Amino acid sequence: MATNASTPPADSTLRVEPLGDQALLAILGEGIDPGVNDQVHHLAAVIRGSALPGLTDLVPAYATLAVHYDPAAWGAHGAPYEALRAELVRLWQGAGAAAPPAPRHVEIPVCYGLEFGPDLEEVANLCKLPAQEIIARHSGAEYRVYMLGFSPGFPYLGGLDPTIAAPRRETPRTKVPAGSVGIAGMQTGIYPMDSPGGWQLIGRTPRRLFRPGLEEPCLLRPGDRLHFVPVDLDTYRACAEERP
Amino acid sequence: MSIQVEAPGLLSTLQDLGRFGYQHLGVGSCGAMDPVSHRLANLLVGNPQGAATLEMTLAGPTLQFKTDALIALGGADLNPDIEGEPVRLWRPTLVRGGALLSFGGPAQGCRCYLAVAGGFRVPEVMRSASTQLAAGFGGFQGRPLKRGDLLETGPCPRQIYPALQQRFARGLQPAVALDWFPPWYQELDFLRPARLRVIPGPQWPLLTEASRRGFLEENFQVGPNSDRMGLRLRGPRLALEQPLEMISSGVATGTVQLPPDGSPILLMADRQTTGGYPRLGELASVDLARAAQLRSTETVRFATISLEAAQSLFLRREARFHALERILAWRQTC
Repeated sequence: MATNASTPPADSTLRVEPLGDQALLAILGEGIDPGVNDQVHHLAAVIRGSALPGLTDLVPAYATLAVHYDPAAWGAHGAPYEALRAELVRLWQGAGAAAPPAPRHVEIPVCYGLEFGPDLEEVANLCKLPAQEIIARHSGAEYRVYMLGFSPGFPYLGGLDPTIAAPRRETPRTKVPAGSVGIAGMQTGIYPMDSPGGWQLIGRTPRRLFRPGLEEPCLLRPGDRLHFVPVDLDTYRACAEERP
Repeated sequence: MSIQVEAPGLLSTLQDLGRFGYQHLGVGSCGAMDPVSHRLANLLVGNPQGAATLEMTLAGPTLQFKTDALIALGGADLNPDIEGEPVRLWRPTLVRGGALLSFGGPAQGCRCYLAVAGGFRVPEVMRSASTQLAAGFGGFQGRPLKRGDLLETGPCPRQIYPALQQRFARGLQPAVALDWFPPWYQELDFLRPARLRVIPGPQWPLLTEASRRGFLEENFQVGPNSDRMGLRLRGPRLALEQPLEMISSGVATGTVQLPPDGSPILLMADRQTTGGYPRLGELASVDLARAAQLRSTETVRFATISLEAAQSLFLRREARFHALERILAWRQTC
């Protein structure tokens, strides 16, 4: 891939490759990098704001945006992929200078420890820090929602303080309750629904991350900034939302 | 208008053409595994192609029609009968209220689709009637059918297939079928050995030469742990020249991914939205229907196809569907 080392314009960092015959991948860089991920969400916003026909899904990930499309909407001249690719490159060239949209900030209340965080002490031992310090460092950081995936509403968060990174449990739990907040290596996350899981659980949020009946079913959107706010048990119960 | 579930079968779920516009939230598309059979069954009973159908897997359910209904079955031949009389696939069939539809067992293929004129009436969740089995929403109460479920259907349009309706009204048989079927259907021949065509993806050139040859020249068996999420394929162990660490990125229905154990997985309708394994490529989408009809332990072979060829096959198939829609619109006035 040829890149210009001196201040490349935004469009030179866009590479497009097919993802089968009904989707393509727009690639904006490599690795887990906030700047690259900003570009991914920026491109998604630019495409959403355009009137391109036949697009069924835009799926941002760390460094790529998957664009799912109906080839029939792009097949008038026989080569749907080439037609859409050219249109995306043109769109991105025009958008390169514009500032990306400001991210949303979302607060997630968490009751740390107790029965909600059965692994808090374990994490404290592994990190050789008092439990209170784990809570302070976990709730003191700003996290980026790089992407949602794995299961409906599950956020891939970046920004964990490396001093509280802890390996997965040796034996996964067969049932982790919805709302559980966990750590696995350099990742931290929230389980949107009851599921099996091997992350170290340090707390639980009363907020529901996924409600399929709602117009906007997920609490979080890719690109959001997230803050955990420690709350006491009484506050947890008071703001506990009804679960299905 | 309703259908009572007397026995649920192995895995019977309501599906439409999928849930679009929510993949960025981690919500996969789901939908009929074999969209061709689903669409065609709908068209035969005068429904829009995207109306919900009942997808039935290997061992079909036993269903009692509470009122007269116009149905069509398509896809796998699971030996359907109505009150003991065999029912042919791909035939608009009027069923008398009270009659039982049951299935004798799989003769060919894996998934059969039941379309009912007027459609199944279930609330749409996130703009789709498809069942999301992993998260438990959509379709009929977010789950496969159970004994005792009552499926509501819309009213059957009275003007459709008037000659057939007259024949049905004059007789007392539990079912009367139109002895006609769309002429191009031979395309989906489940007897032909399946050779699934893959558009090579970014990691295809990174495979060892022996792996590339093995993928194209040897048989793969559909593993027993295959399901609506994906077909797990067992064959020659495939390996990359160098191990590759990848970060998660969007995947598609039809993506062939290669986990570290060397056995490829073909992602199907209930796939996750993103994945972090190397991608050998994606199935040409015209071949998804055939992949959906493979049973576990069946063998399959692969070939490569260019993106341009895959897209032109897709456009040709869509043109045929369009032509078929027009034929059926006429046929349904006769």
